[in-house]
Amino acid sequence: MSFLTYLSIFLLFNWLNRAVKMTPLSFKWKAVLGIGQGAAAVAYFVLKKPLSDEVHLLIGSIALGAIIKYFNEQEDFKSFRSYFESHYPLIAVGILIFLISIIAPGFYDEYDQYFLLPLVAAFIWVISRWAASKKQREELLLYKAKNEELDRLVAERTAEIQNQKEELEATIELLQNTQQQLIQSEKLASLGELTAGIAHEIQNPLNFVNNFAEVSSELLEEMNQELAKGDLEEARYIADDIRQNLEKISQHGKRADSIVKGMLQHSRTSNGQKEPVNINNLADEYMRLAYHGLRAKDKSFNSELVTNFDNSLPEVNIIQQDVGRVLLNLFTNAFYAVHQKQKEIGQTFRPKIEVSTRLQHNNIELTVKDNGIGIPEAIRDKIMQPFFTTKPTGEGTGLGLSLSYDIIVKGHNGNIAIESEEGNGSVFIITLPII
Amino acid sequence: MKILVVDDEVDVQPLFLQCFRKEIRNHVFDFDFAFSGEQALDYLKDKHSEVVLILSDINMPGMSGIELLSTIRKDYDNPPPLVMMITAYGDEETHANALQLGANDFLTKPLDFNLLKEKLNTVLHNG
Repeated sequence: MSFLTYLSIFLLFNWLNRAVKMTPLSFKWKAVLGIGQGAAAVAYFVLKKPLSDEVHLLIGSIALGAIIKYFNEQEDFKSFRSYFESHYPLIAVGILIFLISIIAPGFYDEYDQYFLLPLVAAFIWVISRWAASKKQREELLLYKAKNEELDRLVAERTAEIQNQKEELEATIELLQNTQQQLIQSEKLASLGELTAGIAHEIQNPLNFVNNFAEVSSELLEEMNQELAKGDLEEARYIADDIRQNLEKISQHGKRADSIVKGMLQHSRTSNGQKEPVNINNLADEYMRLAYHGLRAKDKSFNSELVTNFDNSLPEVNIIQQDVGRVLLNLFTNAFYAVHQKQKEIGQTFRPKIEVSTRLQHNNIELTVKDNGIGIPEAIRDKIMQPFFTTKPTGEGTGLGLSLSYDIIVKGHNGNIAIESEEGNGSVFIITLPII
Repeated sequence: MKILVVDDEVDVQPLFLQCFRKEIRNHVFDFDFAFSGEQALDYLKDKHSEVVLILSDINMPGMSGIELLSTIRKDYDNPPPLVMMITAYGDEETHANALQLGANDFLTKPLDFNLLKEKLNTVLHNG
């Protein structure tokens, strides 16, 4: 009877030894398990002779119990616990058989052969638990392997995503830089358009400065002659003319000055400072600049310029160079539209650009109206989008209206509205709050 | 001799009046002013027979000096007034264009009033 118990001990060491083979645990446990295995076999055969089968069984059972207790406490064999615990019935049956043989030797001797049955059953239970736990551990290993694979994949993906994120961040930075450069080049492009207009606009006041200065020096000579003749009245008359001329010189000098200042302001990066500005003057200045800019390219072009300014308008707090850029853009577009129409229809078409201002509740409303080609309905929603342009490549950046929209709506809490009829012209209405 | 000056810059008026102070006082020249091509045509409707010479800027909003010239040559040829063109750009293309349309002479901005006086005197003496 004790054979099954010792066999169980032997198998326990043997199976554990096989289970830890080829694992990191092998090095630590190989010797212990090998010795345990041999000791079980030796103990069985050594103790078989001198001891009765029942005492032999008791010693085997107690040894098995001690071994189980020991292994149960080892962290390394945590996953074998259900197998270890399957030995409890075998131990209990072994001890019970010994106790019965002591307490009721008569009964025991009579039914001696039946006591083998529970012992065999308990042994079969141990073996079945081993098989189950083996399967479980194999599954566990498989699962672990899968888990590791999954972890590896996740790590791989994470690295990939991290890389993509970094790439995207670099791209965004590049885009932001490019956007800044585009805004700058849009400014330069419109400055280029301005240059011819500015040259003309500066030339005119300079001509007056030169002419009035020359005529004044001639007048002084004449005045001296009159004084020599004693014609004081005529001399005084001439002096008055000279005074008026000096005023004209100063006036035209200032005009040239403000044009140069405006040009510098236009090309400078906006400092974001809002200051009170007379919208009428600003609109007038940029309408002329845009007009002369186009005329510098096509000298045959001519347009009627109409201004309907409300002279009672209060000054409005705006970033002058930003709103100036918007106005230049609107006027350039308007002149472009009438110019295109003139190319289509011919000289019988009379281009007309009209700029109006008025006070509307607490807003200043500025309207730029042209009788040009108009905006087809299909693209009316798109014209404020960045990079949308109907002009041939190289003629427009497609940023003009988009920047204008940002400046008026985001920068000044205003609004840009568009009314247009294809073939008949467009109206752009800018609203700016006074406060 | 009546001269019509056409320019969109209003300050040409005081400038001309002072430059030709003596001539105006002595009634050698008589100046009238129009500040656009359209105004000039309006003026000519009534007074084209009085005007001997027209001095016109080319670069003006609305009707340009070139258009004014071609209208004058079309509508007022009996007797045809002399037309001198003033241009800021002074380029060959406009020059040739204006000559072809019948401009009599050219002046460039800024105006050289001594030269202009000479030219006007030549016109005056040659009748």
